[in-house]
Amino acid sequence: MALMSGSASSPVDKRDIVTLESVTKRFPGIVANDDIDLSIRPGEVHVLLGENGAGKSTLIGMLSGLQQPDEGRILVDGKPTQITSPRNALALGIGTVFQHMMLVPTLTVAENLLLGGPWWQTPKTEELAARVAEITSSLGITLKLSAKVSELSLGEQQQVEILRAMLRNSRLLILDESTSMLTPKGIDELGALMRRLVGQGLAVVFITHKLKEAVAFGDRISVLKLGKKVGEIPPERLRSLGEQEIIAEIVELMFGTQGADPEAATHPDHTASFAGAAPLLQVKDLAVAQTENAPGLSSISFDIRPGEILGIAGIDGNGQKQLAEALAGQRAVAGGSIWVDRTAIETLSVGARREIGLRYLTDDRLGEGTVGTFPVSINFFLKQVGAAPFWRNGVEQRGEIDARAAQLAREYDVRTPSLKTPVGRLSGGNIQKVLLARELAEGAKVVIFNKPTYGLDLANTLASRQRIRDTAARGLAVLLISTDLEELLSMCDRIAVIADGALVGTVDNVDDARTKVGRLMIGLAA
Amino acid sequence: MSGLFSDVFLSALLFGAITAAIPLLLAGLGEQMSEKAGVLNIGIEGMMLAGAYLGFVGAFYSGSLWLGFLTGIAGGVAVALIMALLCVRIGLNQIVIGIALTLGVEGLTALLHHFQFSRSYPRLPAADATVIPLLSNIPVIGPAFFKHHMIVYLAVALVFVMSYIYRRTQLGLNLQAAGDKPAALDVAGIDVMKTRTIAVLTTGALAGLGGAYLANVGAGLFIPFITNGAGFLGIVLAMLARGRPVWVLVGALVFGVCLSLTTAMQVAGINMPTDIIQMLPFLAVMAMLVLFGRRASLPAALGIPYERGAR
Repeated sequence: MALMSGSASSPVDKRDIVTLESVTKRFPGIVANDDIDLSIRPGEVHVLLGENGAGKSTLIGMLSGLQQPDEGRILVDGKPTQITSPRNALALGIGTVFQHMMLVPTLTVAENLLLGGPWWQTPKTEELAARVAEITSSLGITLKLSAKVSELSLGEQQQVEILRAMLRNSRLLILDESTSMLTPKGIDELGALMRRLVGQGLAVVFITHKLKEAVAFGDRISVLKLGKKVGEIPPERLRSLGEQEIIAEIVELMFGTQGADPEAATHPDHTASFAGAAPLLQVKDLAVAQTENAPGLSSISFDIRPGEILGIAGIDGNGQKQLAEALAGQRAVAGGSIWVDRTAIETLSVGARREIGLRYLTDDRLGEGTVGTFPVSINFFLKQVGAAPFWRNGVEQRGEIDARAAQLAREYDVRTPSLKTPVGRLSGGNIQKVLLARELAEGAKVVIFNKPTYGLDLANTLASRQRIRDTAARGLAVLLISTDLEELLSMCDRIAVIADGALVGTVDNVDDARTKVGRLMIGLAA
Repeated sequence: MSGLFSDVFLSALLFGAITAAIPLLLAGLGEQMSEKAGVLNIGIEGMMLAGAYLGFVGAFYSGSLWLGFLTGIAGGVAVALIMALLCVRIGLNQIVIGIALTLGVEGLTALLHHFQFSRSYPRLPAADATVIPLLSNIPVIGPAFFKHHMIVYLAVALVFVMSYIYRRTQLGLNLQAAGDKPAALDVAGIDVMKTRTIAVLTTGALAGLGGAYLANVGAGLFIPFITNGAGFLGIVLAMLARGRPVWVLVGALVFGVCLSLTTAMQVAGINMPTDIIQMLPFLAVMAMLVLFGRRASLPAALGIPYERGAR
């Protein structure tokens, strides 16, 4: 690995180009950035490392003028500065290459580079060509100016964006998750390009959630976690440590225990032995075709025995939702087989799978989980509409429904003004209880939970987790999909890690599971 | 039937086709600019009607057709201003606002007409034609194409101006980016709102001019609902033209011939119910949509209000 190659820049006597001082940014319901300090210096690749939701995107949103901090301040060249718009950011010399390409696909490379000139002007194509030639030769890249952007590879499009930032005399280049869509070769090329950029005295901020890249490309690494900066490794320290030591230190920062947290992981009791029992859920070589906006799944295999909780860990958007939907029957399967209690179900409909005992608690509680405008009572029986005893000959049996709904509301502690209240008016925690009551009702054998505590407050989170544990204790098989590693560690018997639509490893939830799962999540072998 | 294919008849038919095509051309070019910038401008029918009414009023009271065109443009821009404010600035639904504007202007102009002109139904004198020397002497084609009001030649010239803007200017790039990927334009430091506002106001000006031509030159009077869907035909033309102004011209001429035929066939006394003859242009629309509609390519962000930083 090209660790530290070429980072000969001396750390002395370098003023920050941009400094963040206790910057805080809130969105409704969450603190996206919490009291963050950061210093960005010329000649340095500053890596911002963190999982999805760690606050990386918000941070660069503020640097590129898309958002403004609620508290704290941003200094540019030592002077407090408001970065009010993207135009303003560009004028300050801050260029950003966003995670999602910011090029117009229907225009050529040249036209995209010319975008942003005064509107009355005729684009100065010759002048552009000369400047582009100068920059590309110094960076060692080649680009065809007359090519349409939609015909370029993603790596080439990225080079166009970097080139655009250079054309605008950027002193600071922000690369947001720039490797996420690149091939391994493209990633190496980008790494080399970054080295040449800092060699020319630019500052580069490189955002990633992949640890390997951080270590390979970074001069300085800042680790973000849940909106907070949990650590920074300065260049001197990076140079003095070996690769393994750095990785160990970062894994500790990213996944380490958080002291006296009420949610703190307590490993589940492993007294129950599942070894003897036959699996309740068996999945073999499950595959789902890729779609335009969702990754596919390939050769997913696992089984869950009665009473067991299998966790699925991974960074959001790696196929978790596709897996849950494929199992529940909401998404077409391209291959493989699924057995529930020795019945093959992969060809059955959603309703038939439910009948057999497979239940799915969606993470989209208000979207696909409930009908917000329907009363709580009806929402308990959404999946039994038309079935006896709640409906007879197509007519709703109000008495039956209300009686059973009242019983379920009591049992699952649903706090609602009345059973007639539209479910959309309840809090997230109470909506989740309605879903739990509905899905865990009679006949359940296998339950899939997709992000069951996402967006819930602490009390409801703990209650939901207890409910899941109780479910397993009743002898059901539980598949728990979550992006919250702490949650998985506190609940599961085994944890499988999903990445790019495939299971990259399964770990028994024993003492060193945290490190192993963490390493799998960031693309290292356990 | 001998009269149907005589030279006089043919040149009258073509003359009428041009007269009918010009409002469609102006509306289509205007709509094309809005759509390029990502605004589906359904209010264009209302903008045309406002232009027709104010254009007529201006020409009637001042006695100058050119002043009438200016007031027509002002009328179209006024309606476009509301559209720009509500749909571009505030980001309301473009379809709903467009329909509301059209209906509103229809009602308002009908009401104003009722108070002002419903007793007298005043007419404007026939517009002065600018006769192009030499070319106008060619049989059939000469009287059909080269004896029109000056504004007709200007409207055709506008096709090439638009082509130049889209292909060769910074404004053209900005407009296309605003429609295809507004976020890219924004991070390039150009105000998306401003770009789209310019587009919508230009649409208003062109639609207003088209309406004024329709009333002042085409009909010589104003009656309620005079545009009779010309703005909507403009939307169809813009969608079929795939961003190329020349195709708007071609489409406008095709519809112009159809519209002219409806008049000509009635005059010629063809034995067919007039209702069916009057359906002709709209059948042509459907035929064109069936033939070419599938190939219509629309900007990716068409109809979507832009909001910075929204994901």
